[in-house]
Amino acid sequence: MHPRRQKLWEEIGKWQEDFEDRLIKVIGNRKLPGKNIISIDELSKEDMELVFDCTKLFKEFIIKPDKKINLLKGMSQINFFFEASTRTRVSFELAGKNLSIDTINVSGSGSTIDKKGETLNDVVRTLNAMHADIIILRHAKAGSPEMIAGQINAPVINAGDGWHEHPTQAMLDLYTMLDKRGQIEGLKVALVGDIKHSRVAGSLIRALNKFGVKPHIVGPPTLMPYGMEKVFKCKVFNHLDEAVKGVDIIYALRIQLERAAGGDIPSVREYSKSYCVNQERLALAKFDAIVMHPGPINREVDLKTEIMESDRSAVEAQVENGFALRLALLYLLLGGDRR
Amino acid sequence: MTSLLIKGGRVIDPANKIDKKLDILVENGKIKEVGKGIDAKADETISAEGLIVVPGLIDMHVHLREPGREDKETIRTASKAAAKGGFATIVGMPNTTPDADNQTVIEFVKSKAAKEAIVNVLPVGAITKGRKGKELAEIGELKKTGAVAVSDDGSDVQDANLMRKALEYCRMWNMPVLSHSEDIRLAAGGVMHEGLVSTELGLAGKPAAAEEVMVAREIILSKMVQWPIHFCHVSTKGSVELVRTAKKAEQKVSAETCPHYFALSDKDVRGYNVNAKVNPPLRSKEHVEAVKEGLKDGTIEVIASDHAPHTLVEKFREFDLCENGMVGLETTLPLVLTKLVNEKILSLEDAIAKMSINPAKVLGLDKGTLSKGANADITIIDLNKEEKVDPEKFESKGRNTPFAGMKLKGKAVYTIVKGKVVFSNGNIS
Repeated sequence: MHPRRQKLWEEIGKWQEDFEDRLIKVIGNRKLPGKNIISIDELSKEDMELVFDCTKLFKEFIIKPDKKINLLKGMSQINFFFEASTRTRVSFELAGKNLSIDTINVSGSGSTIDKKGETLNDVVRTLNAMHADIIILRHAKAGSPEMIAGQINAPVINAGDGWHEHPTQAMLDLYTMLDKRGQIEGLKVALVGDIKHSRVAGSLIRALNKFGVKPHIVGPPTLMPYGMEKVFKCKVFNHLDEAVKGVDIIYALRIQLERAAGGDIPSVREYSKSYCVNQERLALAKFDAIVMHPGPINREVDLKTEIMESDRSAVEAQVENGFALRLALLYLLLGGDRR
Repeated sequence: MTSLLIKGGRVIDPANKIDKKLDILVENGKIKEVGKGIDAKADETISAEGLIVVPGLIDMHVHLREPGREDKETIRTASKAAAKGGFATIVGMPNTTPDADNQTVIEFVKSKAAKEAIVNVLPVGAITKGRKGKELAEIGELKKTGAVAVSDDGSDVQDANLMRKALEYCRMWNMPVLSHSEDIRLAAGGVMHEGLVSTELGLAGKPAAAEEVMVAREIILSKMVQWPIHFCHVSTKGSVELVRTAKKAEQKVSAETCPHYFALSDKDVRGYNVNAKVNPPLRSKEHVEAVKEGLKDGTIEVIASDHAPHTLVEKFREFDLCENGMVGLETTLPLVLTKLVNEKILSLEDAIAKMSINPAKVLGLDKGTLSKGANADITIIDLNKEEKVDPEKFESKGRNTPFAGMKLKGKAVYTIVKGKVVFSNGNIS
């Protein structure tokens, strides 16, 4: 090896060793309550703070030239995605690989479930028999992660189940708010759009509630679940302008373009007139309010390109933080004493 | 000549307004005498001291699954489950494979039952061909073959004009009509009750209105056509109120509910409990209370099981994808006794009426009484017998019950069908 490279590797090795020590120190004697991450309901504010503390460290890690660290070598991770996903799947896969886990992707289409009628339970038992160390599941049916968790030994991370929850998205969103605003408590947050079909909203509202934040929820009544204010601590609005007044964060959700066909909205055109986050609407929020979106974005429908491209947008920060957070979460679930 | 003497039990026969300690003598499958201290020599004597003797119970809402889905249940296994649960008569819904929309299927059910069933099995025919809600089934022929009613249970006749015609046509044949009552568009995609719990779980809900708009429609059509309508598995407050109002206006309507609509609520779905998935769905508390109130004031006069056996693989899967329904033949009577009688919502007499004479009246059956000369269908109940629900001990092929592990007090100890003891002290004969 060239002496210059030799020196670089030595530096990296030293940094990584140091990094592991710092991680162990940050974690202290804290640990996550269960083996799975299925619902925000199972996590306390303190549990999420533990994840955030580790995420902060991993943000240093992800900008290093060598993003491979031998923290979880020899483990196997199965990314089981039954629905389309880019950022969530890629960030889980990269996170796993960077921690030296062997990762495998299984998609719904082309699997034995799709082609041969095998049940989800039978498939996960097969994966269990191969001693998978962790399963990341995205599934169109609410409750699937809970169901498979009961069948297998490995931890399960819910990467989105139907209209129910997407807990890692909520945590990365909260981390982003924390990063941008210094603290989560006391923030004013408005969630805009299709609340009913949004697992992102499902987890985010739960997570904000754990920090005492009572978000504004705004969307047409046809896209609003029954009894939101009774189920969660939140305030429901139908008109966007009222909901975003004075908020710190406007969180736009994705509208599925086929919703008009189901009669939930008259047209995407009318929807965007009422709910697209634009300059005038952003001006109603706090002067330094930020705009967030879980992606994928319908530009000009969910939010205007000019906002997306401005410094008010935290969309890319969300993705970056999501990556760091998933590294942290995998380490917390599989590393240290849990190994 | 065979005879059976049931001695010393408390006889409750709501149709004849009897609630007294009496003996019953059965001869040749008929009730020969009901009286005090009958002193006759009988081939068999049952001492019913401390027990309750009632007309053989009738479950007017059972899914037999045969023909077609014998892996879920057969007429034989359903009849054994019925006998164990205290039911002397079960009424089978038409959603078999093929559907009971023609005389051949009705004949099949009858002949199978005659050969293999240990309780009375009565078939219900479909209202429309293939239960598709498009064209009337051959209801005249269904009647002549022995269908006791028609229903498109499981789905519903969405077309109001066709439903009007069905009622008119059934009037001509003196055929009772049972309404499933579900607007499939309002219920579209729903897998549980639309309420706070569906929001919490992120599951699509069926609003109570999906049932209620159909109940309202049926009441209006039934009035126009002047032919009665019976509402299956009533589960909502609005339905109870609509039926109550119609009855006050002296309209001929009747209503049934099932144990899960008074013993459980949508909260039991939490944890994505597949055994709590049923259609209509388990409702929220206000609906459950309204159903109890409806039972109490007589708005709901029938209790049926909606026994719906499924295989394990059909139930144990993603909540959205698993089948609707739960078994009920072996838990209905204990649930009625525990949750309604012991909790003083219904008197014992009212509870028995809702499972004997009342369904018999709805269907125009010559059953449900202990009158002299009647078929000797008799159920004997031990009110003090306490048992934990154990699906592994079910006679039914179905194990899908949300009541597993629940402790229930009161159950059938004898079931007698046409004078023959088919279930006694835990044993099927």
